Amino acid sequence: MVPLSKVSDGKKVQLVSVHGGRGLVARLAAMGMIPGVELEVIRGSTHGPVVVAVKQSRLALGRGMAHKVMVK
Amino acid sequence: MSRQVIRVALAGNPNSGKTSVFNSLTGARQHVGNYPGVTVEKKEGSCRHGDVDIHIVDLPGTYSLTAYTLDEVVARNHIISERPDVVINILDASNLERNLYLTTQLMELDVPLVLALNMSDVAQARGIEFDLATLSGLLGAPIMPTIGHRGQGMTELLDATIAVAGGERGHHVEIHYGREIEEEIGKIEGMLDRRDVAVDQCETRWLATKLLEHDKEIRDRIDDPKIDAAIDKSIAHLQRIYGDPPEIVIADRRYGFISGACQEAVRATVEARHTMSDRIDAVVTNRVLAIPLFLALMYLAFHLTFALGEAPMGWLELFFSWLGDTIASWWPKGVESPLKSLLVDGIVGGVGGVLIFLPNILLLFLAIAVLEDSGYMARAAFIMDRLMHKIGLHGKSFIPMLIGFGCSVPAIMATRTLEDRKDRLTTIMVTPLMSCGARLPIYALIIPAFFPAAWRAPMLWGIYLLGIILAVVLAKLLRKTVFKGADTPFVMELPPWRMPTLKGVLIHMWERGWLYLRKAGTIILGASFILWALTSYPKPTAYTSDYDGATTQAREDYLAAVHSLNAVLGLPEKSDLLSGAVRAELIAEAEQGRYWESEPGFAAAEREKAGAISLLIRQPSGEALKSFLDTRDAMGAALAEFETALADGDIEADSIAHLALAHRRDEILAALKETHARAYAAAVQYFDNAHAPFIRTMMEIDQSRHAEDMAGTVAGRIGHAIEPALRPMGFDWRIGTALIGATAAKEIFVAQLGVVYAVGGEREALRARLREDYNPLIGFCIMVFCLITAPCVATIAVTKQETNSWKWALFQLTLLTATAYVVTVVLYQAGLLLRIGVG
Repeated sequence: MVPLSKVSDGKKVQLVSVHGGRGLVARLAAMGMIPGVELEVIRGSTHGPVVVAVKQSRLALGRGMAHKVMVK
Repeated sequence: MSRQVIRVALAGNPNSGKTSVFNSLTGARQHVGNYPGVTVEKKEGSCRHGDVDIHIVDLPGTYSLTAYTLDEVVARNHIISERPDVVINILDASNLERNLYLTTQLMELDVPLVLALNMSDVAQARGIEFDLATLSGLLGAPIMPTIGHRGQGMTELLDATIAVAGGERGHHVEIHYGREIEEEIGKIEGMLDRRDVAVDQCETRWLATKLLEHDKEIRDRIDDPKIDAAIDKSIAHLQRIYGDPPEIVIADRRYGFISGACQEAVRATVEARHTMSDRIDAVVTNRVLAIPLFLALMYLAFHLTFALGEAPMGWLELFFSWLGDTIASWWPKGVESPLKSLLVDGIVGGVGGVLIFLPNILLLFLAIAVLEDSGYMARAAFIMDRLMHKIGLHGKSFIPMLIGFGCSVPAIMATRTLEDRKDRLTTIMVTPLMSCGARLPIYALIIPAFFPAAWRAPMLWGIYLLGIILAVVLAKLLRKTVFKGADTPFVMELPPWRMPTLKGVLIHMWERGWLYLRKAGTIILGASFILWALTSYPKPTAYTSDYDGATTQAREDYLAAVHSLNAVLGLPEKSDLLSGAVRAELIAEAEQGRYWESEPGFAAAEREKAGAISLLIRQPSGEALKSFLDTRDAMGAALAEFETALADGDIEADSIAHLALAHRRDEILAALKETHARAYAAAVQYFDNAHAPFIRTMMEIDQSRHAEDMAGTVAGRIGHAIEPALRPMGFDWRIGTALIGATAAKEIFVAQLGVVYAVGGEREALRARLREDYNPLIGFCIMVFCLITAPCVATIAVTKQETNSWKWALFQLTLLTATAYVVTVVLYQAGLLLRIGVG
C-alpha cells in the first residue's frame, strides 16, 4: 500500500483508503473515489497536483492530497 | 389529466450540461436571484409546452445531496421544502456511473423523477450504447436522451415531465444497503416515526439513512437525546462490523447498485482509453510547458483586449464628445445653466467616461468565456494552485482575479466557486487590487502627461504588476492573521475539453458584461448626479479679488502694449490705428463668445470687426496697419500649425519629425521677415510683449476665479480640509476633491479633475495643467493611490452582498484605503529623498 503521490504516470492502481476528514472522504466518495475503485494516474507528482482518471471522469487533486490517498 | 402549472427542479452534476438544458428550455425567460439567506445563486425560468406552464428552477450543480457543501444543502432543501412536482435529473451520458450517484440519492428521496441522458452525442462518439428501457426500469424513472447544447430532445423530455407530473410515475426502487445497515436503518426509522416536525416532510427511510451517514444538518434538527444516543450507538456498531464508517459503506453500496445497473444496460463498443481530451491535457498540464503556455494565453487575452478594443473605444469617445456638444448647444452659448452643467459635465462626462471602456471589458470577458467554455480554466486553476497556495489563496481564486482585471463586481461574484469561507474572504479582499477597467482612464490621462512615449507601455504594465504584487503580499498577510485557517484540500473535476460555441461564449460574456453596464447605469449615474451637486454648489456670493476689474486692467495693458508698437512700424506716436484694430478684435471676440458658430450673431460680429478694420486701413498710413496685421496673422498661423502638428502626431522633442516641422516653420518665418521687415519686427514684439502677457494674465484671472468657485463648494471644502493629510503623498486640495468624486466610481476621477481645473472634457488641456502643477513623481503617486484604494461603491456593495455582512465590506474599504495611503506616502517620500521624478 502506497500513497498516490508515489505512483508514476500511466500506472493503474486500486484505491484503498483516504486519510482525511469526514468531509473530504465523503466528497471524494461522491466524485467516485471509493475504496476498491480503479484509478489511472494521468499526471503524477510527488509534491504537486495529481490528475487521475476515475472511470470516465478526470479529477485533479492538489496540495499534497495525493499523500493522503492510499492505493495498491 | 394535465395541470395548468407545474413546478420543476433541475438537478445534476457540475459539467453535466445542466445549464445548457435549462437555457434550451427557458430561453430568455429566466432570471437570477438568491436562495433566501444564503449567497447561492437561484436560477429560475419558465416555458410553455402545449397548454401547460412549466416553472423551472435550476438547482446548483452537485455531486450528491449530503450536507458537506452549501450548494448541496440548498439543492436538497429546495427539493424537500418546495416539493417540486417533478425533478429532472440531468446525466452526463459519457460519465454515467459517477453521475448516477446523485440519482441514487434522488431515488432515496422518492421524488417524482425524470432522467435526461444528456450529451448523448459525446457518448455516441465514444461508442457507448444504452439500453434505455432496461435502465429506466432499473432506476424506476423514465429516461430521455438529450443534447442540451443543441436543444435536442427537449420536447420528449417535457412530454415525459408532464406525464410524470400527472401521476405517471415510475415505480419506487429501493437500494439495499446490506443486512446490518438495513437493520440499523429500521431501528432509527422506528424512533423517528414518533417525532413530528422534521419527519413530516421527508421519507423516514431517507432521514434514517442520512443520520447514519453522519449528516450534520439533519442531525442538528433532531434534538431528542434518546435518538442521538441511538444513532451514535448504531454508527459505532456498524463501524466495528465493517471497519469503515457507515457512510463509506453506504456510498460503496450505491456505487455497487449503479455498477450492476450499468453492466446490464450500458455497453461500451469501443475501448476508448486515452481520449483526445487526455492527450491535450498531457500537453497543457505538462510540468515544463504548463506555466509558459499559461502565461502566453494570458498575454494573448490581454493583448487582444487592448488591441481590438481601441477602435470601438475611439468611436465611443467621439460619440460622447458629440453628445456633450449637442446637448450644450441647446442653450445659448456661454449661458450658465445648472441643468446644462448637470447633463453635460455631470452625466455625459461621468457615465460617458465609464461606457467608453465597455468594449475593452466585453472583450476581456469574451476571452475569459472562451477559456472557461473550452475547459481551459479548470486546468489553469489546477496549474495555478501550487503558486496560489504559497500565497495563501486557492487555485480557484485565480479566476475571480482574472475577471477583476475587467471589473471587480462580477469578479467578486465569481468567488462563489470557492468553498472555504476563509479562502473566499481573502480572495474578495484582494481582488480589487487587480487593476480594473475603471482605472484605465486615470492611467490614460496621467501617463502621457508626464512620461515620454518610450516609457508609456512599461509604465502601464508596471502599475498592473504592482497591483498583482500587492495582492500577493496582502493575501499572505491576511492568511497569517485575520483569515488564519487550515489548508483546504484541492479537489476539482477536470471537464473534458470542449469546443466553445459562439452562442455559449457570447451568453457568458454578456452575463458579466451586463453587470458592468448596470453598475454604470445605476450607481455611477447616481454618483455623477451627487458629485455634480457637490462640486457646483454652493456658489460664491462675493469674490476676494476684483476679477472684473483685473480683466479690464489686463485689456488696457494689452492695448497699451500694442500702442507702443507704433514706433516700430513708423507710425506717429499718437496714432490709434494699431490699438483701434486690436480693440475691434477684442470687441468681436467678446461678441462671438455669446453665439454658436452657426448662429447669425457670430458672423455678424465678424463682419463688424472686418468693417472697423478696413475703415482704419483707409486712413493715412493705413498700409502699415494692413502690413502688420497680415504679417502677424501669417506668423501666428505658422506657429499654430507647428504646435498642432506636434500634438496630433504625438511627436517627441529632438526627434527627426520635430526638426522637420521646426524647419518648415522657420522657413515660413524667414520668408516673412524678408518681405516685410518692419511688420515682422512689430509682429515679433506683439507676440512677446503684448499678446503673451495678456493671455497669461487672463488665464490667471480665470483660474483664480475658478479656484475660488471650487473652494466654496462642498467638495472643494472637503478637499481643502483633507489637504494636510494629502500633503505627505504630494497631493493638493484639487486632487483631493477629485478623489472624493472617485470614491463613487474610479471612472469619475478624470471627469472630476477636469471639473476642478475647469477644462471640461479637454484631455490635452488637462494634461497641460497637470504638468504645470505637478511632477512625474506625483503623477505616479496618483496612479498608485488610485490603484490600491478601495474601488467604487459598487464593489463595496457587492462585497456586502456576497459576504452577507457590512463588517467585511467595511473591512475591505478600510484595509485598501489604509494600504493605499501608506504605500503612496512611502513612495512619495522615497521619491523626494532620492530625487526621482521631481523634474
